[in-house]
Amino acid sequence: MDEIPTPYTASIGPALKEPAEDLRARIPGWGADLDPADRPSYPREQPGIQTGARWDFPERQEERWPRERSVEHAFVTPVFGTSAPPKGVSGAVRKYAYKYSEGRAAHWLLLIAGDRIDAWEHHLRSLATLRPDNPITETGVLSEFSRHGVSSRFGRKRTDLSHQWMDPIIAGVPWALAAGGLVAAFKAFRKRRTA
Amino acid sequence: MKSMVYRGPYKVRVEEKDMPPIEHPNDAIVRVTLAAICGSDLHLYHGMMPDTRVGMTFGHEFIGVVEQVGPSVERFKPGDRVMVPFNIYCGSCYFCTRGLYSNCHNVNPNATAVGGIYGYSHTCGGYDGGQAEFVRVPFADVGPGLIPDWMDDEDALLLTDALPTGYFGAQLGDIAEGDTVVVFGAGPVGLFAAKSAWLMGAGRVIVIDHLEYRLEKARTFAHAETYNFVEYDDIVVHLKKTTDYLGADVVIDAVGAEADGNFLQHVTAAKLKLQGGSPIALNWAIDSVRKGGTVSVVGAYGPLFSAVKFGDAMNKGLTLRMNQCPVKRQWPRLFEHIRNGYLKPSDIVTHRIPLEHIAEGYHIFSAKLDDCIKPLIVPNPA
Repeated sequence: MDEIPTPYTASIGPALKEPAEDLRARIPGWGADLDPADRPSYPREQPGIQTGARWDFPERQEERWPRERSVEHAFVTPVFGTSAPPKGVSGAVRKYAYKYSEGRAAHWLLLIAGDRIDAWEHHLRSLATLRPDNPITETGVLSEFSRHGVSSRFGRKRTDLSHQWMDPIIAGVPWALAAGGLVAAFKAFRKRRTA
Repeated sequence: MKSMVYRGPYKVRVEEKDMPPIEHPNDAIVRVTLAAICGSDLHLYHGMMPDTRVGMTFGHEFIGVVEQVGPSVERFKPGDRVMVPFNIYCGSCYFCTRGLYSNCHNVNPNATAVGGIYGYSHTCGGYDGGQAEFVRVPFADVGPGLIPDWMDDEDALLLTDALPTGYFGAQLGDIAEGDTVVVFGAGPVGLFAAKSAWLMGAGRVIVIDHLEYRLEKARTFAHAETYNFVEYDDIVVHLKKTTDYLGADVVIDAVGAEADGNFLQHVTAAKLKLQGGSPIALNWAIDSVRKGGTVSVVGAYGPLFSAVKFGDAMNKGLTLRMNQCPVKRQWPRLFEHIRNGYLKPSDIVTHRIPLEHIAEGYHIFSAKLDDCIKPLIVPNPA
């Protein structure tokens, strides 16, 4: 009978491909952290660890607008980020999402819906500014020409080509729709003028 | 100041923003000298992370010079060169005082399930990140560290997330001498996890990916055996065969939510956002580890439902270990390893991109052009 593979008998495991001394010679630092008890996060929890904090509870940062918070928190945390306060329809959707706990799908699905609305609001608003969103520069797509877009993709056995074709559609649809809307509005305006 | 700004899925640009103010007595304002784009920034860039708002500045890997400090800051003064862990944490809550810095409870009002992370959506606290000329650093007396004189800037930068996270991934695997360790994903974290597995005494380290140039790096930088899953009908069966039908002792998932390999799962998760990510990497990890083995997860997943083989994990008696890395706990040992020449993190850097061209940087990294492994961002190129 052929050799019986490892898991079917009381073996000590597959034979080592290389003995420890060979690994130590071949790989700089092999075994430097061999002792599990002498690894940096061991044990994982170390009550009383010194962190540098000199406070029992941090001073509270000023809340300059009502800060949305998880209902699983007792209060707004003493320190928080102040990037991009909620605004407009997306802001309302986001605030509503925070009525649901983190354990509810509604919380996350509403936040994702808010994200999509947020992008649309900003794209549309940008069209009325001196710096409208620019699908060419903001997607970095010109690097396709300067950074080997073709040779990086083809003849390389990459598996992500199966879905990469969708990326330009996801990134470009808002512009295409906005452009279509503008053309339709312009046509309607001209029709009314000539009527 | 100049700042990268998110404009919606797949779109970023550089805008002029106000300088960040001191908002809390223990804040510091840091002038960023070097930043990076991280693989997990791509989840934000693709619009996968809930509550990612237009106008936010990304970037949780950065180093810089202290520009200004709040009234209660004692450890730093303007002019100090600092490296800043990606975790924002208070140092005084239930979790911080046990060493779980990445799970701080005092810095993220938006969620209790995750701590605070620079430039990583409002789900992680709503803080602007370091892909900008300046950044607000909360709890300056707790988080940042002085960059040692002997350390290269690029090594210091990689110590803010990628290297500690990879090392931590290996540590979560509880590797014992001689263990066979499989790492899914040959991006920066996977490369560092593979390299760290040897430090912990692994007998065999195998890295799996579909990008040949990354597997080449895994062979040269991390001394690993590599397999391109595209070349195998079923990579799990191949891994079983190559481990004498036993499976690996430890498997590290360094891929996370946007795993490739199954078109339908990619579309429902990454494109349609109906799942918190594609579970392929996690399922392959559960499948290819031996019964009684350990699965370590440092890949980032979204919060929504995913069809993970939890029943198999239970039947196989697995230990699943995972967390965001508490960066500062890894530093002293990693500093030693760098000084001893065991680790040279900057060896994986492939691109250095001026902040002005950050949109190209995101596209190159996301589309995996130009053999990109790790792109750095330079706010003010000389």
